[in-house]
Amino acid sequence: MTETAHPIPAAVAALVPRLRRICGGDGVLTDASRRRVYESDGLTRHRAVPGVVVLPTTAEQVTAVVRLCAETGVPFVPRGAGTGLSAGALPHPEGVLLSTSRMRRIIEVDPDNECAVVEPGVANLDVSRAAAPYGLYYAPDPSSQQVCSVGGNVAENSGGAHCLKYGFTVDHVRGLDVVTPQGALLRLGGKAPDAPGHDLIGAFVGSEGTLGIATRITVGLTRLPERTVTLLSAFTSMDAGGRAVSAIIAAGVLPSAIEMMDALAIEAAEAAVACDYPAGAACVLIVELDGPAVEVEAELAEVVRLCASAGAFETRTAADADERARIWKGRKSAFAAVGRISPAYIVQDGVVPRTALPEVLRRITELSAESGIRVANVFHAGDGNLHPLVLFDDAEPGAAERAEEVSGAILDLCVEHGGSITGEHGVGVDKACKMPRMYSPDDLETFDLFRRALDPRGIANPDKLLPTPRLCGEVPGVRRGAHPLVESGEAEQF
Amino acid sequence: MTDPSEPTTARSFEDLLGDCVHCGFCLPTCPTHVLWGQEMDSPRGRIHLMAQTHDDVLTEAAVGHFDNCLGCLACVTACPSGVAYDALIEHTRIRVEEEHDRPLPERALRGAIFALFPHRRRLRLLRGPLRAYQASGASSLVRRSGLLERVSPALATMERVAPPLSARPPALPERVPAVGRVRARVGMPLGCVQDAFFPEVNTATARVLAMEGCDVVIPRDQGCCGSLSGHAGRGAEAAGFAKALIACFERADVERIVVNSAGCGSGMRHTDRVLAEAGEDESWVRRGRAFAAKVVDLSEFLVELGPVAERHPIPLHAVYHDACHLSHGQGVTRQPRALLAAIPELRVSDLPDAEICCGSAGVYNLLKPEPARELGDRKAADAASTGADLLVSGNPGCSLQIASALDRAGTPMAVTHTARLLDASLRGLPVERLLRP
Repeated sequence: MTETAHPIPAAVAALVPRLRRICGGDGVLTDASRRRVYESDGLTRHRAVPGVVVLPTTAEQVTAVVRLCAETGVPFVPRGAGTGLSAGALPHPEGVLLSTSRMRRIIEVDPDNECAVVEPGVANLDVSRAAAPYGLYYAPDPSSQQVCSVGGNVAENSGGAHCLKYGFTVDHVRGLDVVTPQGALLRLGGKAPDAPGHDLIGAFVGSEGTLGIATRITVGLTRLPERTVTLLSAFTSMDAGGRAVSAIIAAGVLPSAIEMMDALAIEAAEAAVACDYPAGAACVLIVELDGPAVEVEAELAEVVRLCASAGAFETRTAADADERARIWKGRKSAFAAVGRISPAYIVQDGVVPRTALPEVLRRITELSAESGIRVANVFHAGDGNLHPLVLFDDAEPGAAERAEEVSGAILDLCVEHGGSITGEHGVGVDKACKMPRMYSPDDLETFDLFRRALDPRGIANPDKLLPTPRLCGEVPGVRRGAHPLVESGEAEQF
Repeated sequence: MTDPSEPTTARSFEDLLGDCVHCGFCLPTCPTHVLWGQEMDSPRGRIHLMAQTHDDVLTEAAVGHFDNCLGCLACVTACPSGVAYDALIEHTRIRVEEEHDRPLPERALRGAIFALFPHRRRLRLLRGPLRAYQASGASSLVRRSGLLERVSPALATMERVAPPLSARPPALPERVPAVGRVRARVGMPLGCVQDAFFPEVNTATARVLAMEGCDVVIPRDQGCCGSLSGHAGRGAEAAGFAKALIACFERADVERIVVNSAGCGSGMRHTDRVLAEAGEDESWVRRGRAFAAKVVDLSEFLVELGPVAERHPIPLHAVYHDACHLSHGQGVTRQPRALLAAIPELRVSDLPDAEICCGSAGVYNLLKPEPARELGDRKAADAASTGADLLVSGNPGCSLQIASALDRAGTPMAVTHTARLLDASLRGLPVERLLRP
């Protein structure tokens, strides 16, 4: 592709020499074909060629780049491993894309304080690998854990299969060095589990790059459990699987994970990794139990019994790490594996209260039947986090739009049933316009006030997370005119 | 709808490109992404560049990133969507060689490499002068001076990776008869680099096969398999070599073709694709497919055959190195480990980051000496961390590369081939024979 197809905007071009001085020659990408490679993250439906890409290696370089942006009003977009599924790292065509992919040092593993200090580009799984010799691991485990970055996890407040018992990223971050959109370097928290004052770590985690960039992250590590067992239970219907989930929770057992897959998702996983799940299963449940051996044994017997009485026709227990890995392989590969059975697909992410699961699943089946669009279901059943995969053929005219409709209707179902529009993939660009379905204009205004407090010029990952008129049209966007608190003189807007 | 299970020869390049869903699971196993942390030097990024340039001119930038790819195929193993990156990069390399005007020194270097390496006899001729050079002590002088490094990094690499050569073992006969009952009649390609630098590995391979009950046919008129050329985008050259080898082994009339060099085996396994890419007619593609179906790695074949010969103890600690073109290229990881595990008293470890390439990658270490050296150093450090006595690999390129990196790091670890270890165990040789370089 020729340079003229994607020229560097003048405002960005003016920064290039200074960016080169900061990040070095090979840390700044200006060539159009190289910039284009960064046009999307894991969600390829949204694409934009960045004005320039920078690859800093130190916190000082990140700070200098952000200061330059703040000084000139040029927007910047932080990017981790580019595996996000809500286009949270979609580049700004007139901005700087700041990739943390070269900041991959594990600065310290502190086994005595059960924590690790890492740079933002370190892959999630590498933290656990580094901690393993001390009998520790990093608990949040997104399906993409071998590649997704800890910095990206912080931005998205990522969860994973095991967040049912162990919580999300926010529950494990103890300290952050943050470069604010104005170029200040803040140090929040530390190695100790709690710090006084406003919980700014809580506010920063999940802010999707709108409050700045984390350059150093201290995460808590968890002791590897004495015993872990994984069990795979196969059912002839999703309803039966759902009953088993409710029965397990009602019995007071807290598994570290309860995952559910339907027939279509199983088909995809089989095609991709030959995971060898029981033939004829319309639903499989993966239940993982961990903790002291005695407790796990007792719980295992209970779960096996509950699955059987809910109608499981086969239950397997993984005897060792290899068998456990094989059970998980099917589940962990499921998203990407859908590529084997469909040319294109949308990975949806929504949450419903656990009790509403059977009803919502039935409605999804109806939606699928009405529209003729296939939907595969993979989800964290324990906490009601659904991941419907909406399959379509992008070569077929209109199919993408119909799939989009089904996908949107599923989110409406979630909200109707008292749930949320995202469980763990984040809002990004993809769902910014759907925020008003969950939040009132006042709620959104409050978010915006907070965001503006740290980013008055709106340069940090603009057009993400919160709806804007430019992105969503006037109707669902934030309120125009003054906020009631501003009007009454109780608050000031900058 | 596309069906990724269809043979890749039947699907268009564009169609194969479309299999990538941009999930990024390939990033952490890509050696260049490990080194440089930038998207264009990852499989996902290269696929993006392939798509960008598919209907457009090949930019200088894109060619650079394609050239940076080691072709280790770790991404093929890592990919949950079954993207045929092997077919994609091979096709792309052919296009680069056809359309891209390389600068003269680069063209000359590539020309020289391919005038030498795929030619067993020319490589063998090098042995004499190389031995004399090593024996004279000039070798350490040249290395210390850094002179060669300044003149040509590729030549310096070539000088460095050349193993200390001992006297050449007697040439193998055309047929090595089975010991005892004949269980199979197999053909044995000698390989170019294997034959020139590690003839003792070929001798060991033939001996192990015979001791396990195989009649081993070693056609004297065999040439190169073409894999080295094929992996470098020299499609027509690869097809020419492949056709001659197909005809040669058709005449040999064997049940299986047992390969002890991972890079060769990985290429030979899809000879049909190489021929189709080069525009050969359907009858050649069919012959290529029949040939490819017989190709099997030595370790895979021996496990399939099952042991009959007695194994004697080897009281050593070995670390097994997965050659990329064995593990990622052919999916063979279990079998070599099973063979080693069956040797009494041999302790076998795995390398940390085993899926990352050692940097040899065919002729990559000659074309891109710097990243190759960095990857070699990482591999040597990983090997040293295991504390093993020797490292076992199933590919001559890896052996050259890792031995040279271990030497550079001053780690006293011997490097050997699975076949030599088995041979020693079957014959009850003293372990010192394995530890000697």
